[in-house]
Amino acid sequence: MKRVPVVVVLAALLAACGAPEPDDDAPRSPRLPVPVEVAFDDEGRPVPDVLAEEQVLYRGNGEEPQTLDPHLAEGVPTANILRDLFEGLATTAPDGRIVPGAAIHWDVSRDGLTYTFYLDPDAHWSNGEPVTAHDFVWSWRRVVDPETGAGYGRMLAPVVNAQQIFSGELSPDELGVSALSDTTFQVRLEDPTPYFLGLLTHPTTYPVYRAALEEHGSAHVRPGNLVSNGAYRLTDWQVRSRIELEMNPYFRDAGNVIIERVVFYPFEDENTEFNRFRAGDLHWTYQVPSGQFSWLKQNMDEALKISPWFGTYFFSFNLTREPFEDNLPLRQALNLAIDREIITERVTRFGEMPTFNLVPPGLPDYQPPAPEYADWTQSEREEEARRLYRQAGYSESQPLTVELRYNTSENHRKIAIAIAAMWRQVLGVQTRLINEEFRVFLQNRAQRRVTQAFRAGWIGDYMDAFTFLELYHSGHGRNDAGYNNPRFDRLLDRIASERIPARRRNLMVEAERMLLEDQVVLPVFIYMTRRLVDPRLQGWEENIMDYHLTRYMYLVKSQDEEDVQGGENEE
Amino acid sequence: MLKYSLRRLASAIPTLFLLITVAFFLIRIAPGGPFDGERALPAEIEANLAAKYHLDEPLVFQYARYLWQIARLDFGPSFHYRDWSVNELILQGAPVSFTLGILALAIALIAGVLIGAWAALRQNRPGDYAVMSFAMIGISIPNFVMAPLLILLFAITLGWLPAGGWDYSPTRMILPVVTLALPMIAYIARITRGSMIEVLHSSYIRTVRAKGMPEKEVILRHALKPALLPVISYLGPAAAAIMTGSVVVERIFTIPGIGTYFVQGALNRDYTLVMGVVILYGMLIILFNFLVDLLYAWLDPRIRYDDGEAEA
Repeated sequence: MKRVPVVVVLAALLAACGAPEPDDDAPRSPRLPVPVEVAFDDEGRPVPDVLAEEQVLYRGNGEEPQTLDPHLAEGVPTANILRDLFEGLATTAPDGRIVPGAAIHWDVSRDGLTYTFYLDPDAHWSNGEPVTAHDFVWSWRRVVDPETGAGYGRMLAPVVNAQQIFSGELSPDELGVSALSDTTFQVRLEDPTPYFLGLLTHPTTYPVYRAALEEHGSAHVRPGNLVSNGAYRLTDWQVRSRIELEMNPYFRDAGNVIIERVVFYPFEDENTEFNRFRAGDLHWTYQVPSGQFSWLKQNMDEALKISPWFGTYFFSFNLTREPFEDNLPLRQALNLAIDREIITERVTRFGEMPTFNLVPPGLPDYQPPAPEYADWTQSEREEEARRLYRQAGYSESQPLTVELRYNTSENHRKIAIAIAAMWRQVLGVQTRLINEEFRVFLQNRAQRRVTQAFRAGWIGDYMDAFTFLELYHSGHGRNDAGYNNPRFDRLLDRIASERIPARRRNLMVEAERMLLEDQVVLPVFIYMTRRLVDPRLQGWEENIMDYHLTRYMYLVKSQDEEDVQGGENEE
Repeated sequence: MLKYSLRRLASAIPTLFLLITVAFFLIRIAPGGPFDGERALPAEIEANLAAKYHLDEPLVFQYARYLWQIARLDFGPSFHYRDWSVNELILQGAPVSFTLGILALAIALIAGVLIGAWAALRQNRPGDYAVMSFAMIGISIPNFVMAPLLILLFAITLGWLPAGGWDYSPTRMILPVVTLALPMIAYIARITRGSMIEVLHSSYIRTVRAKGMPEKEVILRHALKPALLPVISYLGPAAAAIMTGSVVVERIFTIPGIGTYFVQGALNRDYTLVMGVVILYGMLIILFNFLVDLLYAWLDPRIRYDDGEAEA
């Protein structure tokens, strides 16, 4: 009697511990569904025949959102959800172009300072109430109200009086926004801001539903309480488990929305997400495991989607301390000694683009100015690097000893090691690598007391070169290099007030060139967005902002399903 | 027994108080704050946030405020998950961790004791060696290796079980529970075997055997019970640890338990959340240690708490 359970338990144990695979066929390569050919109707919509029965999108989405309040939200994962739940005055097309959103069209005054938005009369909240200009007035006042604590409140800084309201000098009612009628919303700007329309796609500028907020307070974003004006509405939120949205029947363009439900899953670990994708639980991943490029390329090429992002991976120098303070040749030498192609081809290995610029390429109206050494061969750069290194007062017998800081991450570590090795090989620099937990790292960078060289990175907040350039204004909170150049500051001010696009563009080119010549940063590569997408999921396009609204997407049948159905029809 | 229990509970209060105090000040020593991020906040807004969460007050005031708060069982708002209070986060996460923990514990206890006892009866024979080397492997394979292996085999290659996620369905529980239970089974088997062998060599077992009691009864009635004592003392802290969730298992299987909050909360400088889970963990440890002591008394007639005191 007693022995039976022991044997059973042992058998279970053996099985659980990974007994060899039973006599299955040859080791299974992961099989991706093959989508059917999609046909479109006259209006460019996919014909119903090709659409999958179940239009539920399962989306991996990085870390758990801190909040779903669009005005308090930060971070890419949260913004992904908010872009489905809410809609700003403008929104983006699948390719990232700015297109009308809650506002059907708008006028810009000749001086570029007044924007008048005409709201879509079909724009509705998810409870059926119309979205009015008053909603926007109230929402924008809330954003700039210091009491709200909106992390991205600065997005509205171009609006008249916003700065004074942030600092408490004026009341939020003084913000330069007004409702001319229920459907006409007017904004007055301090300076012409060519990227202003781009800001309108950012969650901070979305409207929130006043009545829900007043009734529920900070719980207004819970399922059941949240009233939103986007293509979807919130139906379920299990913290760190799932966030589920369903189609909003009152959405102004609800007739064209095909995906009926979206489930966002948070993942703390890229390998976990990858496993879930392989197991068929996800249509869309937030990222892919960094070490797996060749495997993915070989086995999941149809699903692997890599495209340039609006972000730059770079290193920077603390310009307020030894050894980089007032030592331009040294910074230049360290910059030239790095072989970016080795880093992108051997270390990061996801098709990242090597760069010598801070601003990424891909903006419609801005071409980053390539420094002259961009055209040199690497050996020419290294030659020049050695010359500059000696000029800076260092030599083989008197090498530079430098600390290179990065925040703890396997990828950052590998890149830092590669850079230290290059510095050593080309110049003989002794580099001490220091990794720090993220917040410690950020604090050290901001305080500029212990940092020397450090890792940095920036993803643009809006589609304009200014989102990168403004970082190095002497007063910017993230100017961790401590760059303090009155000429550069003046240049930024001129960019902010310049009305003629061509002149503004030239000023921005000049500003970026100044940053590069002063060698404030050491750019390495352009970030890529990398994800796995089920081939059946269609209707989305790659774009540098990496905005992908679920409302444009649809799931098509796989060829297997088609075959089954075809067979049935024949019988 | 009642008197003893009350005394234990009373002594728990200063322990918890000490824990709260140390944890409160330790987490605040860490550089950086809950509202620091890559995007630097404008100074005025940061000041407003600090004021809203009382972070602008002297630390001692904050501490006093916090003590008063938790005295009313309110762990405050989470600084990171800003739509939720710590109470809500724990109430959502704890049942998940408890479910997983209790299942893993039950399996580990049953399997571990059976295997250990079985091996003890075959001391130094092939069966014993086989099982014990197996246990050694179970202890040495960390769960961040075991979990992906199990996923690869059962979820991806065979497709029998889900690769992760959580909805209280039994199929989703199997892999995480097994991952949690395996090293515990191994531990418990080793402990049981060791103490069982010791008990089997003791004089009173020789006595009952000499009296002609059937072997089955010798083992079940007289050997097993005292042999379980070390297992029970292992179980106290182990139960508290497993029920507050495992960071690794939660990460790999995407399980929304509370284990991750220890690490993620600390990394996010989510002071209130870290405090909440630390206090919960502390209370569970105290509770389980207390239960262990009660079980001891029940298992071993030589241990009787109140009688001893009455005599003293």
